[in-house]
Amino acid sequence: MEKRVTFGRWTIGILFAVPQLFLIFTFFYWPAGQAVYWSLTLQQPWGGGNIWVGLDNFRSILSNADYWNSITASMIFAGISTGLAMLIALVLAALTDRQLAGSWLYRVVLIWPYGIAAPALALAFRFILAPEAGFMAVVNRVWPGFWDPGLDGADAMASIIIAFSWKYVGYNFIFFLAAFQAIPRSLIEAAAMDGSGVIRRFLDIQFPLITPTIFFLLVINITESFQDSFGIVDIMTAGGPANATNLMVYKIYSDGFKGLDYSGAAAQSIILMLLIIALTIVQFRFIERRVHYR
Amino acid sequence: MVERTPILNFLTHLILFAGFVFCVTPFVIVAIAASHNLKDVNDVPMSLLPGSDFWVNIKTAWTTADLGPKLLNSFIMAFGVAAGKVIVSALTAFSIVYFRYPGRMLIFWLIFITLMLPLEVRIVPTYAVVANVLEPYQTIMDLTGLSWLIEKISGVQVQLSLGLLNSYSGLILPLVATATGTFLYRQFFLTVPDELTEAARMDGAGALRFFIDILLPLSRNNMAALGTIMFLWAWNQYLWPLLITTDQSHAMAVTELKQLIPNVGGAPEWHIAMAGTLIIMLPPLIVVVLMQRWFVRGLIATEK
Repeated sequence: MEKRVTFGRWTIGILFAVPQLFLIFTFFYWPAGQAVYWSLTLQQPWGGGNIWVGLDNFRSILSNADYWNSITASMIFAGISTGLAMLIALVLAALTDRQLAGSWLYRVVLIWPYGIAAPALALAFRFILAPEAGFMAVVNRVWPGFWDPGLDGADAMASIIIAFSWKYVGYNFIFFLAAFQAIPRSLIEAAAMDGSGVIRRFLDIQFPLITPTIFFLLVINITESFQDSFGIVDIMTAGGPANATNLMVYKIYSDGFKGLDYSGAAAQSIILMLLIIALTIVQFRFIERRVHYR
Repeated sequence: MVERTPILNFLTHLILFAGFVFCVTPFVIVAIAASHNLKDVNDVPMSLLPGSDFWVNIKTAWTTADLGPKLLNSFIMAFGVAAGKVIVSALTAFSIVYFRYPGRMLIFWLIFITLMLPLEVRIVPTYAVVANVLEPYQTIMDLTGLSWLIEKISGVQVQLSLGLLNSYSGLILPLVATATGTFLYRQFFLTVPDELTEAARMDGAGALRFFIDILLPLSRNNMAALGTIMFLWAWNQYLWPLLITTDQSHAMAVTELKQLIPNVGGAPEWHIAMAGTLIIMLPPLIVVVLMQRWFVRGLIATEK
């Protein structure tokens, strides 16, 4: 869609775009280019500029067991937390959409967790799931040694998954509910007249109609699980124990700013960028029809 | 609803209530833990009846983590990002929608691509840029021979340097440099009827007058939605402030949470930690509760 009526003096028009162009050049395109440059070069230990090493940085990263461990951890984290957050949100939204008495309450409250900063809720969950105080301590008293995120990698992974899912249930809920409410009521009522029950209507009418939203949320949840997990990991487990929760962004941060390995961190950033671009392309292929930019 | 389904209705209420409990319990536990003293908070199981030390703990957390100035910093940053987004995006969207000039689609795509790569992913090089924002321009001048030319002519060696670490602009600007808001405005501008523009032009309004007197007042809803979302988003930023603010005077509330984790050797002061968590999660929660309409609208419109 294009405007029929426009303003003639287009030199002024460009001026309006200049602030944003400056910002994205300085803080987006330059750093992105810099990341590519660093990933292909190696910084000399005592200054003297970077030397060209081609794809060596990528080779050394991809042959590093720690890096593959980090990718596996990220995938497990993304898979389980996305599945959990979406499934719970889907059920809650579908039920809220039945509009029984009191459903306004859920519409209001279920969104709250999404407003909370990831590190803040991480600290809350660190306490709630602490093995020695909090509530898991009760379980530990019955089965000693059952739960200890400080020592057991699987427990640590479970804790960050719980914290992340708790936040994103609220987010997914908003989108699912909006999608359900966009379905014309008459459609549901007609189906009910034909004798289909609530479950049948959900499976055959509502679910197919919200698939674009499902795909959209799937991609957003996975991308967010790469980024928004940083605060949760940093507060709850700091990548431990034994790298069990060393997710990709956390590893970029610790390699780049604690290990001062800019080239290695840049190469990891490039891989993560490619991954996210691939996801975004998938998203556009699926939801193309739903986006009405033009 | 359409039919009578008493059993299903009962189940619906049951599951929804479980969801409600699932969402609210962490808030409640944090609040209760914040009201206990050191001994009670470490009891197994912790008593769910509130203790009496709530205000003491809040006060202790406030002073240990020095939350007053930190909260102020967070506010400044979140307001800065929200305001920056609301203004800069409106300008760009106006340019893209209401003008025809060569390279317009290129600009559109240049901005569009920034949606793909979040800050977290390109964090290391962005940090380097903020350490000296003029570095890109210095490099360009060096590569094009411009700095050599200037040195030859005027004898001045060009050495551009402006560090933004530990400054509000260094915190805010990189967060403003994405496209979320631009597309929200663009979609809205495209729905503004052409007749309005025609009428304005007939009355002799130029581009700037039309923008300020007609387009901006019409976009008030969008601004509220975008502002709310961006405020929360900026308030909740963690990784970026953690890197940029090495100096305590610019630290954010959210990055201060780390000081509150009870350390392994010391006393498990969970009551203080939870009091601090409560203080830090309260402002965004208040924004969500009060601005719920805008928040939901902004979320769905920006698809962020």
